[in-house]
Amino acid sequence: MNLSVKDLSCQRGERLLFEHVSFQLEPHQWCHVTGENGAGKTSLLRLCAGLSSPLSGSISWGGVNIPDDLDGFHKDLLYLGHASGLKEELTPLENLTLMSQIDGQPATEDAILSVLSFWGLAGREDLPVRVLSAGQRRRVLLSRLLLKSCPLWILDEPFNALDKKAINTLYDLLNNHVSQGGLLLVTSHQPMEMAEGIVLSL
Amino acid sequence: MNLFSTIYCMARRDLTLALRHKTEILTALFFFVIVVNLLPLGVGPDPKLLSKIAPGVVWIGALLATLLGLPRLFAHDYQDGTLEQLSLSPRSFTLIVLGKIMAHWIVAGLPVVLITPLLGIQFNLSGPIIGVLMLTLVLGTPVLSLIGAIGAALTLGVRGGGVLLSLLILPLYIPVLIFGAGAAEAYRAGLDMTGYLWLLAALDLLALFFAPWVSAIALKVALE
Amino acid sequence: MSMVNWFKYASPASFYPLAGKLIPFFSAITAILLAVGLWISFFMAPTDFQQGEGYRIIFVHVPASWMSMFIYCVMAFWSALGFILNTRLSGMMTQALAPTGAMFAFLSLVTGSLWGKPMWGTWWVWDARLTSQLILFFLYLGFLALTSAIDDPRRRDKAGAILSLVGVVNIPIIYFSVIWWNTLHQGATVSMTKAPTMAHTMLMGMLIMALAFWGYTIAIVLKRVRCIILEREIASEWVKKNALE
Repeated sequence: MNLSVKDLSCQRGERLLFEHVSFQLEPHQWCHVTGENGAGKTSLLRLCAGLSSPLSGSISWGGVNIPDDLDGFHKDLLYLGHASGLKEELTPLENLTLMSQIDGQPATEDAILSVLSFWGLAGREDLPVRVLSAGQRRRVLLSRLLLKSCPLWILDEPFNALDKKAINTLYDLLNNHVSQGGLLLVTSHQPMEMAEGIVLSL
Repeated sequence: MNLFSTIYCMARRDLTLALRHKTEILTALFFFVIVVNLLPLGVGPDPKLLSKIAPGVVWIGALLATLLGLPRLFAHDYQDGTLEQLSLSPRSFTLIVLGKIMAHWIVAGLPVVLITPLLGIQFNLSGPIIGVLMLTLVLGTPVLSLIGAIGAALTLGVRGGGVLLSLLILPLYIPVLIFGAGAAEAYRAGLDMTGYLWLLAALDLLALFFAPWVSAIALKVALE
Repeated sequence: MSMVNWFKYASPASFYPLAGKLIPFFSAITAILLAVGLWISFFMAPTDFQQGEGYRIIFVHVPASWMSMFIYCVMAFWSALGFILNTRLSGMMTQALAPTGAMFAFLSLVTGSLWGKPMWGTWWVWDARLTSQLILFFLYLGFLALTSAIDDPRRRDKAGAILSLVGVVNIPIIYFSVIWWNTLHQGATVSMTKAPTMAHTMLMGMLIMALAFWGYTIAIVLKRVRCIILEREIASEWVKKNALE
């Protein structure tokens, strides 16, 4: 399975963000999308996740145009965006249980608890997300990387709000994913300390 | 199986969330009770007149009470990014939306149905008429939630969304209002009211079939 | 061959000059038809022995009602086309049509009410037709409010298209339910149908007026579409080169 982007153009409001963007991502490869603020990094990632449709050009997954089999594509995709994606009133445990059901890969309570303690959140599983710090929320969200098994990760600024230790943990996860044949599309305002990957500057 | 589990999973999530904000449910319910109770103060306490207009008033109240919770149907999920995650689910987004609509009905429509006998007594309605009114509400309020979801999806994140939503949706509520209030009226006049009930049921099916689908399309447009 | 032509004009860049050429033509037709129609309705149509001169307002009222209903259907047609073919012009056409449709719906309500006053002694009756016309006017207002509240043109087009399609599915249901409601509460209202006694000249006057309104609608909508096209494509090359000379 590969992700193939051909001649992509994107318009936001009345402004043309970028045009004629093409690249291809194979298993074992990762791509760092760079660019200034407002260059369209998030827009590109959202396009690749099938959240919006491009002005022109096409994106295909395993040779199939994304809009032709959106549900099938979403089975293989984990996209984490800017927004927290967590319900403030629910606990981390409830949030992750629900997301795993929505992902179609229901996780047991034990599995979720062990992932939470992996991220150093043991003891926080029954507090409402509302009372957690930004870094803790981010770690709850990143727990989904371990709960949903799928080949394609699209991560928008995943290092935001993380401390040094969590950043290293995340690097381990990303390296592990790519070396096991996963694909990774990521934006980050800091240089990525990972083995050679594709760099796409907008 | 997957069909029901998706709907159930979403409805349960939204109900859990609603239960953590019990005041929101109660606010909508009290709003309904107050609107209906203001009427005698506006038109006078004549029991005959009141019992004549009661079904219509209860229905208008139900319309407004449903409308009150609609802007929140998708707005919270939109703001915190969970709606985006839901739309990325390999499960059918239409069914996810349907689950949310069902939760909205249980929170907004069902309490209205259950409190109607109390209002019926205040308005001097006889037992059978209260029964008929409740029946029409049970049949009709799901349509209000279903059609309302389309409006909520279209106005999601749009400025002035709440008022705009009312403007879009209220005209579409007219058939439900007419058949719902009409059935109780027909019953009191000694006419056959099964026609009304069948029409309400037909609207239910129609809305159940189309509204979640159209709402899902409108939500995807809003998320772009 | 015709297919190719259609798709050519579906692009704003090629539709813009075409619309420019068509506007004077339809404006002229409108002026002529309106003059003839008004002349028939004021001077040729006989005075109604029951309703006197006041009835002449139906030469505006009836065609305006027809147009308001027809325009909503055309909007839905463009919306469906926009969804199927994904053409940008469709959304622009739908939004260009809406204000005119709303205007005709409003005109129909005002003239209906003006006609009602001498006929029934009241400005408003809860007649099935007047009521559904009012609801249609509300639907137009909803469309205008929604499209003007959304800034992003792509979302505006799609949201407007969804709303007009939902509306057009609902209109028959609403109309049916209003008639149902009206027959249940009979006696309180007066029927506005006078069709059986309509004279030949009257019918002709109405048809000519209706055609004049058609011409007017086409001309004004093309004019409005040209404005929308300019607004949206202001940054593109063809606008800078050709349209703003």
